[in-house]
Amino acid sequence: MRLTIPEQEIMTPGHLACQGCGGALAMRYALKALGKNTILTIPACCWSVIDGPFPYSAVNVPLFHMAFEAAASTASGIRAAMEIKGKEDVNVVAWAGDGGTFDIGIQALSGAAERNDNIIYICYDNEAYMNTGIQRSSATPYGAWTTTTPVKHYKREPKKNMVEIMAAHKIPYVATASIAYAEDFVKKLKKAKEIKGTKFFHIIAPCPPGWKTSPEITIKLAKLAVQTCIFPIYEIENGIKYKINFKPREKLPVKEYLKLQGRFRHLTEKEIGEIQQMVDRNWELLLKKEEESKNL
Amino acid sequence: MRKVIMGNHALSYGAMLSRAEVIAAYPITPQTEVVELLSEMCANGILKAKFIKVESEHSAMAACVGASAAGARTFTATSSQGLALMHEVLHWAVGARLPVVMGNINRAFAPPWSIWTEQNDSIAQRDTGWIQIYASSNQEVLDSVIQAYKVAEKVLLPAMIVLDAFVLSHTSEVVDVPEQEKVDAYLPPYEPRYKLDPDDPHAFGGLTKPDWYYELRYQIEQAMEEAKNVIEETGKEFEERFGRYYGMVEEYKTEDAELILVASSTIASTARVVVDMLREEGKKVGLLRIRVLRPFPKEKVAMILKNAKKVAVIDRNISFGMSGAFYAETKAALYNEKDKPPIWGYIAGLGGRDVRIEDIKGIIENTYKEDNPKKDIYWIGVKL
Amino acid sequence: MEEKEIRFKSVKDMPPMAMSLGTMRINKTGTWRNIKPVIDYDKCIKCMFCWKFCPDASVDIKDELPVINYDYCKGCGICAAECPAQAIEMVKEE
Repeated sequence: MRLTIPEQEIMTPGHLACQGCGGALAMRYALKALGKNTILTIPACCWSVIDGPFPYSAVNVPLFHMAFEAAASTASGIRAAMEIKGKEDVNVVAWAGDGGTFDIGIQALSGAAERNDNIIYICYDNEAYMNTGIQRSSATPYGAWTTTTPVKHYKREPKKNMVEIMAAHKIPYVATASIAYAEDFVKKLKKAKEIKGTKFFHIIAPCPPGWKTSPEITIKLAKLAVQTCIFPIYEIENGIKYKINFKPREKLPVKEYLKLQGRFRHLTEKEIGEIQQMVDRNWELLLKKEEESKNL
Repeated sequence: MRKVIMGNHALSYGAMLSRAEVIAAYPITPQTEVVELLSEMCANGILKAKFIKVESEHSAMAACVGASAAGARTFTATSSQGLALMHEVLHWAVGARLPVVMGNINRAFAPPWSIWTEQNDSIAQRDTGWIQIYASSNQEVLDSVIQAYKVAEKVLLPAMIVLDAFVLSHTSEVVDVPEQEKVDAYLPPYEPRYKLDPDDPHAFGGLTKPDWYYELRYQIEQAMEEAKNVIEETGKEFEERFGRYYGMVEEYKTEDAELILVASSTIASTARVVVDMLREEGKKVGLLRIRVLRPFPKEKVAMILKNAKKVAVIDRNISFGMSGAFYAETKAALYNEKDKPPIWGYIAGLGGRDVRIEDIKGIIENTYKEDNPKKDIYWIGVKL
Repeated sequence: MEEKEIRFKSVKDMPPMAMSLGTMRINKTGTWRNIKPVIDYDKCIKCMFCWKFCPDASVDIKDELPVINYDYCKGCGICAAECPAQAIEMVKEE
């Protein structure tokens, strides 16, 4: 038996996540990578509920529940307090969903990144406002059904490229991750916690009720997202140096990923073709950026 | 040491002497001097604090909340639009029972744009659970910051020190800046019982059902009640150490007064002058300055006012659709008294309109003239 | 942190703010499931993927073998779906 990620469990079972929740697994991995010397701040999102009601908690590290927009600014405040108290080695982590990162929380996040505050910001992305019942966010991908983008008006806007936005702040470290590639996530998070400055993670976290999928394929989806290059896993250092961590030997067609999800069931062949083109273009661009990075 | 300083700088000195550890602030006229001087103090090493240059007031209060939850003494300052933007997080500081201290420069709300003084911004935050102290001199501003930390950290409620834009914030007065050692003796370091600490992990603010949320609200109100005594006690201790007393209210020649003015902030300062002038003429007038609006000094107000023949409240604010705020609350404090005088409510000085000696004399004259108030709002100086 | 259920009788028992005093271990989410994973140890290759991929940390490791913690297992089926040896079967809960 050889374990590829740290054995110690910090998150307890008994939490309130749905069966097959990608966000729960993401937290489990994150805490393994970060260790107990960690303070979390969590804005309104699924984890506001998953952690459990007063007077219980599932994460076993100090956690400050906070208002929706304020994950990053609260984390900045916690870090300032830790510094003034001389506790330099604590991890200060903002743990937010896509809504609290891409939309309502983007200002505070941009502010913290511009100041290069020494925090780790992890966005677990289930691609909609799931906690309030599956409404669209700017992280919802093109073509998806949500309650506010019903089938006749499915989401026409492409997914906001939050990773590029964060890279444009020239923060020391930006990375994407997938819960299907736990070793990669853990390794990158361990690397990030040694860096001073703002570190941003974007981890894809499939959501069975929101994506209209069966709970047991959560990992399969998180893997397909990467293998189809819909959600590539890569790092950007200092906003300019790109490194793709996983290049699929065989780039799978997006259809393999889309067909498993009820939220894409209404898509026609033509529309799937459009999505394939978008994905191909983005992947080509990413490969070029990595190539250019080699000259830096 | 005596210095000539403006109200804004009095806030900065107060925060510095209180050894604030984390300051997160966003600029807004007329608060900017507060944070500019604090920045300078940090840069010069006089104040050992982390200064987070946040990108909005919402983030300013959020950063203070985070820092306070992590065990640091925090400070911020704002005004009108900024205070309004922080509103959601003001509630958070209260619910999380964090002793954040803030300076608010009372400034009129937009639209239209105004930078002049009016109390609506802080009045609109009455219900949040923040302790509110309305200062009428720069000395009081500085001293109140120090006292506020002591009160806030004891009862676990945040506190704001409120002062008039320009009339106080940018007016220089002689202030006795206390020595650091004396302040340290009065205000020890902040040692919270519960904080974000990996050695003792807790989740703060988790979902709470109706079966226990109610009791948490009850606790906050109990803290407000306790604050009344704590303000008096810390005020007495402040007097012993520094020679100046600050309680919930300030009585000026009220013992034998037949007409008592109720006012706050700088209008109260002007009113004090008018009281002296009228006393010279043999008129028995007095002034009750309400210093602390929250917790409202119901018992003191009732006790001081119930034996007057007439009461005139001057509000530099208005709760639209009702009346001035101090007026409504003063009336409420007296309602259950067997003997209660008729109370007139005057609104003056909105949007920074000057409230002059003549205006206050006019208020007193009108109150003397009428047997009972004809209406809930008398608009002073409105150009009809 | 305590692992037993916390009962307040009055406001006097409560902390000043909503603050956790115990862990969610008191919440036995095993009651959620209607199918449960059963490991066939003859087929198990001890890769620990089931342990790795469980969102509920409900696979324990005992003597280098994965053991489902039925107190908490929600029956999501991820372990069965990801097992490279097909050693886990989801069976109906009685």
